[in-house]
Amino acid sequence: MITRRDFLSAGGIVVVLVNDLEAQESGGRRGRRGFGRPMPKAVSAWLHIGEDGAITAYTGKVEVGQNSRTSLTQAVAEELRVKPPAIGMIMGDTYLTPFDMGTFGSMTTPQMWPQMRKAAAAAREMLVDLAAQKWKVDRASVRVADGRVRNGSRSAGFGELTHGQKLTCTITASEALTAATEWKVAGTSVPKVNARAMVTGAHKYAYDMKRPGMLYGKVAYPPSFGAKLVSLEASAAEKMPGVKVVHEEDFVGVAAADPETAERALAALKAQWNPLAAETNSRDVYEYFKKHAESGPPAGVQLTPYTVAYIAHTPLEPRAAVAEWSSDGKLTVWTGTQRPFGVRDELVQHFGLAEDHVHVFMPDTGSGYGGKHTGETAIEAARLAKAAGHPVKRNWTRQEEMTWAYFRPGALIEVGGTVNPDGSIASWDFHSYNPGGAGLASPYEIANRREQEHRTRTPLRQGSYRALAATAHNFVRESYMDELAHSIGMDPLEFRLKNAKNERLRAAIQAAADKFGWKTRRKMASQSGVNSSVTGFGISAGFEKGGYFGCCVEIAVTNGTVKVVRVVEAFECGAIVNPEHLHNQVEGAIIMGLGGALFEHIDFAENKIITNRLSRYRVPRFADVPKIESVLLDRKDIVSAGAGETPIMGIAPAVGNAIFDATGQRIRKLPMAPNGIGGAANASAAAVL
Amino acid sequence: MARVTELRVNGVRRRMDADPDRMLLSVLRDDLDLTGTKYGCGEGQCAACTVLVDGQPMRSCITKVGAVAGKHILTIEGLAPKDGLHPVQEAFLEADAMQCGWCTPGMILGAVALLRHNPDPSEEEIVAGMNGHICRCGTYPRVVRAIQEASRKGGAA
Ligand code: FES
Ligand code: FES
Repeated sequence: MITRRDFLSAGGIVVVLVNDLEAQESGGRRGRRGFGRPMPKAVSAWLHIGEDGAITAYTGKVEVGQNSRTSLTQAVAEELRVKPPAIGMIMGDTYLTPFDMGTFGSMTTPQMWPQMRKAAAAAREMLVDLAAQKWKVDRASVRVADGRVRNGSRSAGFGELTHGQKLTCTITASEALTAATEWKVAGTSVPKVNARAMVTGAHKYAYDMKRPGMLYGKVAYPPSFGAKLVSLEASAAEKMPGVKVVHEEDFVGVAAADPETAERALAALKAQWNPLAAETNSRDVYEYFKKHAESGPPAGVQLTPYTVAYIAHTPLEPRAAVAEWSSDGKLTVWTGTQRPFGVRDELVQHFGLAEDHVHVFMPDTGSGYGGKHTGETAIEAARLAKAAGHPVKRNWTRQEEMTWAYFRPGALIEVGGTVNPDGSIASWDFHSYNPGGAGLASPYEIANRREQEHRTRTPLRQGSYRALAATAHNFVRESYMDELAHSIGMDPLEFRLKNAKNERLRAAIQAAADKFGWKTRRKMASQSGVNSSVTGFGISAGFEKGGYFGCCVEIAVTNGTVKVVRVVEAFECGAIVNPEHLHNQVEGAIIMGLGGALFEHIDFAENKIITNRLSRYRVPRFADVPKIESVLLDRKDIVSAGAGETPIMGIAPAVGNAIFDATGQRIRKLPMAPNGIGGAANASAAAVL
Repeated sequence: MARVTELRVNGVRRRMDADPDRMLLSVLRDDLDLTGTKYGCGEGQCAACTVLVDGQPMRSCITKVGAVAGKHILTIEGLAPKDGLHPVQEAFLEADAMQCGWCTPGMILGAVALLRHNPDPSEEEIVAGMNGHICRCGTYPRVVRAIQEASRKGGAA
């Protein structure tokens, strides 16, 4: 398990390379193929119109709760001039959909969304041609509206024109797309597609899949990372009726007809493991990063260290897969993954199969947040299924998910800077150890800057997480911006506006401050018995992946317990595709971000995860949620960017700056208050039933 | 203790054969294929596995099937009449109170139980009553709104 980090980095002044993104998104694995592979031009790869007029769209992107199924349906509906329910969307199916690298990096909206629109626009123009030929009229007199092709009083359904034949047209470079100002379906709050199946429990997630004759699989993991199997005594398990024990090198697993028998068989295995000496633990890891770094800051610069803990994605549906082999050696896998084609490639490699012998299918999944890029459960299920001669289901437990998945990287970040008396930043030094390159560059105008990523070692397996390293970098940057503002006695809002030259960034900061009432904020100190509560206000801003935000918070600190009272976040990512869903994403990102800001952290020692279950790993709950106002700025003149990640970046530094405002204490670590600040608070404000 | 050979689920007597010590969640999902009830932690921490037993919300991941034999078990699949929606389900759709939807069935049953017990809860009462439910996607404010909306429409039914 001790692997060298796979992130690439460039020395000196660092820019985020495309390769860097690929490596960071890879869930800690090297060698992904297909980055930058061109998308097919044939419309038939993306769309099919049945003889009955049914429209089916195909995309390799997947739905993990971010509502890509809805937004891509809107894209097709907009250009084909139909209503969203007329479209069936096939997603993440390696046999049916065009190749796709994966659903990450907020790329669905900037890349797949225009692609689906182009395919639909090309199909629409083909329908116009077919109708013009059929009716022998000038194509300029033919239009497509309300799901039909029309010419004067004549009209035809799509299926009547195409007769269910393959759409032979191709997407041209100059495909005419409907301007955002003309949108009828795009840009509106189309309700979530498939939501009804979720509220009724009818939707089948990967965890819910069942196949005829299916067995339940369990895997005997080592008791600590890196331990090697010394011996295995499996005869008791093998004697259990219907139990299949699989032992291939260090892989030990069982399959049985029901989950209970599988559990008992697993418990009956007697495995001896040889542990690997641990190199570090969660307390010492920041020194470890520094010690193993391949480079460091230039000598003589005064730097302030900040730390960021490893955290777990904790998708509420843990990883799951069902694998089934056919008699002719083909493999079908249903799994919850953000990269169905990546998982297919892992299976192809592992079993030495031809690409077209592996079919990976991804049902809409119980979230991912960057945590479901890899195919662990798929490979486990396929190994067990192969040996058992039956389909096998491999559902990870919460403990397995919190141990054997990869984590958001921990980080040590050292920062320094100087500021001119007028408030402009004179110099900026930013040195980041381990988290990756995303969001390293400050969005402020600074003439003299050194921002550098330092390669080092990670003791835990690490990989992508919503917004990647941008959350860590933005926390440190925006906290230190606050330190600089206070060093010259300047208001933190004024200081940001002074140094932000980008219009979109300025607009987002201003919108958040206006809505929040930053200029008229008043501190209320309340005294009630022994509990005195102090108010604090904090602000942050940033830019990443095409999205700009400003974030203002109000907190109350009572005996060291931090309660976030109110959050205003303004967000701008170009032309808004679906306002309601964008609000939902921004709110959700703020709430998820609160966990990493205040209390989420992975504790590890002796190559073991200590915080390996929900009773030991606190995530945000109802009682933690502040009043949230998301302010959306709609820029119809700017191409839409994704919104699933960037809105998570604002909350941590805004809360940290508010803690400083309230208490004068600068907290230079994430999480900031796992046990309150100043050691006085209760460990958990959330009452757990 | 004798094996459990019958459960009353969603108004129907279901024949089965389970060790009484098995957890209700696994029996519902694996034996009866009622997969609308979700697993999130297996230790009573997330409430994704909530079902109603004689009208009371229970975490099926820590409830032994032997303890509920003969009682009325309601899962998300049985909440609304066929092809219809319960007012709380409708309110969740209306408020867009989900992202990935994994927590949603448990949230809805938790909300139904809350409203039956307290048809007009304050926001604080909703937060206190629902605090055992985890939504990793962070749709909490929308769930609160959905419950308020269902309450306004008399959705305790
Ligand atoms: S699965 Fe039962 S409480 Fe989490
Ligand atoms: S909607 Fe994803 S966990 Fe609640």
